[in-house]
Amino acid sequence: MIYDENRPNPDELLASLKFEEEKSKRGKLKIFFGMCAGVGKTYTMLKTAHAEKLKGLDIIIGYVETHNRKETAELAEGFELIPRKTYQYKSATVQEMDLDAVLARKPQIVLVDELAHTNAPGSRHTKRYQDVQEILESGISVYTTLNVQHLESRSDTVAQITGIIIRETLPDEIFENADEIEVIDLTPDELLQRLSEGKVYTPERLKDAVENFFRKGNITALREMALRIVADRVDKQLHDYMQLKRIKGPWKSGLHLLVAVSHTQQSAKLLRWAKNLSYTMGADLQAVYVETTYKLGSRESEQLNKNINLARQLGIKFRFITHSDMVKAIVDFAQKENITHIIIGKPRIRNLLTLLRLGNFVNRLIRYSGNIDVYILGSDIQTKDRFKENVSLPSFTSNIRQYLTVSLIIVLTAITCFSIKEIIGYQVVSFALLFVVSTLAFFFGRGPILLSATLSALIWDYFFIPPLYTLHVDKPEDMLMLVMFFIIALLNGVLTSRVKKQEMKIRTREERTNALYQLTRELSTATGIDEVINIAKNDIKKYFNLKSRILLRNESNQLDFTSQNDLNINLSRNDTSVAAWTFQHSTKAGKNTDTLPSSNYTFYPLKGNQMNLGVIAIQKAVVFTQGEEQFWDAFISQISGKFEREYLRNMAKQAFLLTESDKLYKTLFNSISHELRIPVATIMGASDSLITMEHPEEIRKELSQEILKASKRLNRLIENLLNMSRLESGRITPRLDWCDIHDLINKVSENLTDELKPFHLHVVIPEDMPFVKIDFGLIEQVLYNLIYNATQYASTSINLRVKAFYDNGIMTIQVMDRGPGFPRNEISLIFNKFYRVEGSKAGGTGLGLSIAKGFVEAHKGTIAVENRQNGGAKFTIKIPTEIPEVDFKG
Amino acid sequence: MNLPETILIIDDEVQIRRLLEIALASKGYKISEAATGKDGLIAAATHNPSLIILDLGLPDLDGVKILSKLREWYQKPIIILSARNSEEDIIHTLDNGANDYLTKPFRTGELLARIRVALRQSQGSEENSNLAFGSLTIDLANHIARKKGEILKLTSTEFSLLAMLAKNSGRVLTHQNILKEIWGFGYIGQTQYLRVFVAQLRKKIEDDPAKPQLLITESGIGYRFHE
Repeated sequence: MIYDENRPNPDELLASLKFEEEKSKRGKLKIFFGMCAGVGKTYTMLKTAHAEKLKGLDIIIGYVETHNRKETAELAEGFELIPRKTYQYKSATVQEMDLDAVLARKPQIVLVDELAHTNAPGSRHTKRYQDVQEILESGISVYTTLNVQHLESRSDTVAQITGIIIRETLPDEIFENADEIEVIDLTPDELLQRLSEGKVYTPERLKDAVENFFRKGNITALREMALRIVADRVDKQLHDYMQLKRIKGPWKSGLHLLVAVSHTQQSAKLLRWAKNLSYTMGADLQAVYVETTYKLGSRESEQLNKNINLARQLGIKFRFITHSDMVKAIVDFAQKENITHIIIGKPRIRNLLTLLRLGNFVNRLIRYSGNIDVYILGSDIQTKDRFKENVSLPSFTSNIRQYLTVSLIIVLTAITCFSIKEIIGYQVVSFALLFVVSTLAFFFGRGPILLSATLSALIWDYFFIPPLYTLHVDKPEDMLMLVMFFIIALLNGVLTSRVKKQEMKIRTREERTNALYQLTRELSTATGIDEVINIAKNDIKKYFNLKSRILLRNESNQLDFTSQNDLNINLSRNDTSVAAWTFQHSTKAGKNTDTLPSSNYTFYPLKGNQMNLGVIAIQKAVVFTQGEEQFWDAFISQISGKFEREYLRNMAKQAFLLTESDKLYKTLFNSISHELRIPVATIMGASDSLITMEHPEEIRKELSQEILKASKRLNRLIENLLNMSRLESGRITPRLDWCDIHDLINKVSENLTDELKPFHLHVVIPEDMPFVKIDFGLIEQVLYNLIYNATQYASTSINLRVKAFYDNGIMTIQVMDRGPGFPRNEISLIFNKFYRVEGSKAGGTGLGLSIAKGFVEAHKGTIAVENRQNGGAKFTIKIPTEIPEVDFKG
Repeated sequence: MNLPETILIIDDEVQIRRLLEIALASKGYKISEAATGKDGLIAAATHNPSLIILDLGLPDLDGVKILSKLREWYQKPIIILSARNSEEDIIHTLDNGANDYLTKPFRTGELLARIRVALRQSQGSEENSNLAFGSLTIDLANHIARKKGEILKLTSTEFSLLAMLAKNSGRVLTHQNILKEIWGFGYIGQTQYLRVFVAQLRKKIEDDPAKPQLLITESGIGYRFHE
C-alpha cells in the first residue's frame, strides 16, 4: 500500500461533499456547550436568540428550563412558547417538549434545552436528541445546551473524577456533527461565586450540590475537558475544511485504527479510549468483534450488544466476524482493511480455562500482526467483584437432566467393570471409563463432560486402584495414570464439544444461507405483490417463527393500512402512527428500539434502492442477537428488493398502457374521422344536389340510393363502435338460448343480400345438426362481420362457403373465401383493434374482426384464421355448447 | 274508411317528427305531435288517436313508463320507435303492451308497413276465417291449411302455431308470447320446442325452407309472419 501523503482520498472527499449536501437541507444545530450546570448556557442561548430575533428570524421556544433563575426567566419572555405535553408516568406527571406541535408550527429556529435529556416513557423517542434530529430533518434549526459530562465518550472519565455516574448520555456523533458549538466558559472561581450568590441553586439545594459536585478540583477538571474537546473539534473542522476546499496540507490520513472488542464491560472503556485516540491521531477507526466457538451467556450477550450500540453511538464502524481463531480473524481483517494500529484490551486471566483460551492471545497477535502496531490497554476494573457476577459460566447451561444422565452412565459402567475387574484387571477399567467419557462428549455439553471426567476419575481411584475404598494412591505409576486419565478425559471431552459447537455454528450459518437462498428462489418465481407478501410472511414464520404484517405504500406515497394480510396483527392507532413514522424516516421503530418503544410491535422499513416500499410489523418477545439481526436485515432486504421490482414493474406496465392507449386514441381518431367523413360527404353532396338542381327522375333515384347506402355505412360504423365499447367495458354477457344454425346463417345472408349479389354463398350443414345454445344476436353479428369482410376483399372470386357442424360439445362454423388471403407476417395481427392489412382498400375501420373475436370469446370460444391452400382465407369459430337432451317431435 | 286516421307521434327530436310527418301525410294520415312524455299523454287523451308512435328516450318520462300509463286506458296500437336496440329492451316493451318495435335508424317504408298492419289488426275488420299468403291458404274455422291447393299434413300444435302467426301477420311475436299462447305458462323459456316446430313448419309451408319468405326470424326476439 502506497500512501500519497499530499492527496486527499477521493472516497473521503466524496463522502464529505455528500455530507455537506445532506446537511444543507437539514436545519442547523447549534450547541451551547459548557463544563457543568450554572455556567449560563441557557442564558446565553436566550440572549443569542434575542439578537437573531431582532434580525427578523422566526424563533420559538420548544423547551427551556429556567430553573427558577430570574434573569433567565426574564429573557425567556418575548418568545412564542410551545405548550409542553404532559405524560402520566406511574404516579407522577412529567412534562416534555411537544415534538409534533413544534414540527407543525415550523419556525426557522427552535430553542430546546438540555440535549442529553431522557424523555418520559410514552414519548415518541427515548432521548431528546432524537426529537432534535427529527426537527433538524424537517428543516428547522435548533439551539440547544449541553454539559461536557453528558458526552458518551467522557462519561467514564467524569465518573472517575467526580464519583458520580452519569446516566443521561449523548452519542458523540451528534456533538461532532453539530454545525456550531459555542463554549460558555467561566473560571472555577467565578462559577463558585455565582453559586454562592444563589444564582444557580436555591439555598437549600446549594449546600448539597457544592459538597458533592462543585468542588474546585472537579470544576477545574471538567473545564479542562470541555475546552480540550472544543479545541479538538476545531482541529477536526479545520481538517474537514481543508479536505473540502482541497487545500494541501499535512494530511494525517493513512492511519487506520482497529479496536478489537469483546463481550466484557472493559471493552466499553476500550471503545471510548480508542475513539479519543483516533481524534488526536486524526485517524479513522473501526471496531471488530470475533465470534468464536465460545458460547456467550445471556449476560455476556447483553453486554456485547451494549458494546456494539456504544460503538455505533461513538460513530465507529462495527464489523462482525465468525471465526474459530480470534487472532487469525483479527489479523486477516486488519490486513485487508490496511489497518495501521490494532487496539486490544489486556485480557484478564481468571482461571485455567481462560488461561488456555486467552493466555496465548496477546503473544500470538503480536507475533502474527507483522508491521501493524498493537496497543494494549490495561484493565482497571476491580476483577474481584466482577468475577462473582461472571461465575455463572455459560458452559454450565446444560440442564440437570443431562448431568444426571451422564452420572448414571458412568456409575453403570463402573458397576459392570467392578463385577469383572478380577478378569480384566483395574488398569483396563480406566480405558473402559475413558472410552465412555469420550463417547459421551459427542452427545453432551461441556458441563456434563467435566462432571463425567471428574466422577469417573474419583470412582476409578476409590473402587479400583489399590488400596481400595480410599482416595489414597500407593504406587507412583498409579498416581501418574490417574492424573493422565483425568487430563485425557478432560481434553477429550472439551475438544469434542468444541468441535460440536463449531459444527453447530457452521450449521446455523448454513441454515441461514440456505434460508436466504430459498427465499431468493421463491421470490424470483413469484409474480404479483400478493404472492410476494405471502412468501415473505410464510418464510418469516418458518425461519424466525414470527408473526408479521406487511404494509405497503400506495400511489400517494403513504402507507396503506387497508390491506388485511394478517388479522393476527391488529394495529392500534398508536401502532399505525409508529408504522407511519418508520416509513417516513426509514428507520426501525417500536418495541425494543429507541423510538416509540411503547408500541406492541417492532416495525422495520422495507427499503429499496430508490424508494421506500413500506413497513413490516413483527411481534417479537425477545431482542434479536447480533447474528440474528444481521440475518433478519439480509432477509428483509431481499424482500424489499422484490417489492421494489414488482412496484417498478407495475409502474412500467402502467406507463406502457398509457402509451398504448395514446396510440390507440390516435389510430381511432384517424380511422374514425375518415370513416365518418366519407358517408357524411356523400349524404351532403347528394342531398344538396337534389335540392339545388333539377334532375331527371332516374338521376334522383340514383342519388337517393347513394344517400341510403352512405347512411347504412354510417350505421354500420356506429354499430361497430358501440359493440366495441360494450366489449371494452366487459359488459358482454351472452344471452344463451336455443338456436337453429340454418336460421342464423339465413338471417345473415338476408341482411347481406346486396353485398352477396356477385357471389354464390354455399352453405354446408349436416342433416343431423342439433340446436345449439348461443346468443343469436352476437353470433349473427360475428358471421355478418366475417361474411361482409369476405365480400369486401374477395373481389376476384365468386365462391363463398359457410360450413357448420357439431362434434363432442363443440359447435364449429367455418367461413371460407377465395380472395387474396392474408399476408403471412400479418395474419397474427388481424384480430387486433383497428388493425388493417397493409394496402387494403379504402373503407373499414379494422374493428369488424376484433369484434367478432370478442363476441366469440364471450362465448368461451375461439376464432382462428388461416390461408387456404389454393388461395383465400378460412375463419374457424369453435364454441362449446349444449345440445337439447331429447329429440321432440310434435 | 272515409275519415283519415290520426296518428300521434311522441318524440323529442324535431327532425324525426318532421320526417315522419312528411312520410305519414303523404299516405293520407292526420298527424298530431308531442315532444315530451307529459304532452304526449295529454295529446293521447285529447285526440284519442288511432295509433301512437312512441320514442323511449324522452327527456321527462321514461318511455316504458309512458307505455304502461297509456295502456291503462288506451287500447289501440302503439309502435315503439327508439334508438335503444338491445334485445332486452325490445322484448321488455313488447311484453308490456307495445304492438311493434322499430329501431332507429329505420326505413320509412318499413314503418308505414308496420303501421298499416297494426291499424288493420286493431280495427279487426270482419272476422275473416280464411287467410291467404301467396300460395298458402289457411281455413281457421276448419283447421285446414293448403299449399298450392294441396292440404298440408299438420299436427294440431303446428296448426295452432301457424294460425297464431298468421292471425298476427306482419307483427313481431316474442318467443315467450308464442310459448305462452300455444304451450301454456309452464313452457315459458323452453325455446327449443318453438325452434323445433318452426323448423318443421317451414319445411311444410315454405317454398325453400332454407330461405324462408313467410315465417321470418327476428334475431333474438321472436318471429314475424310475412304479410
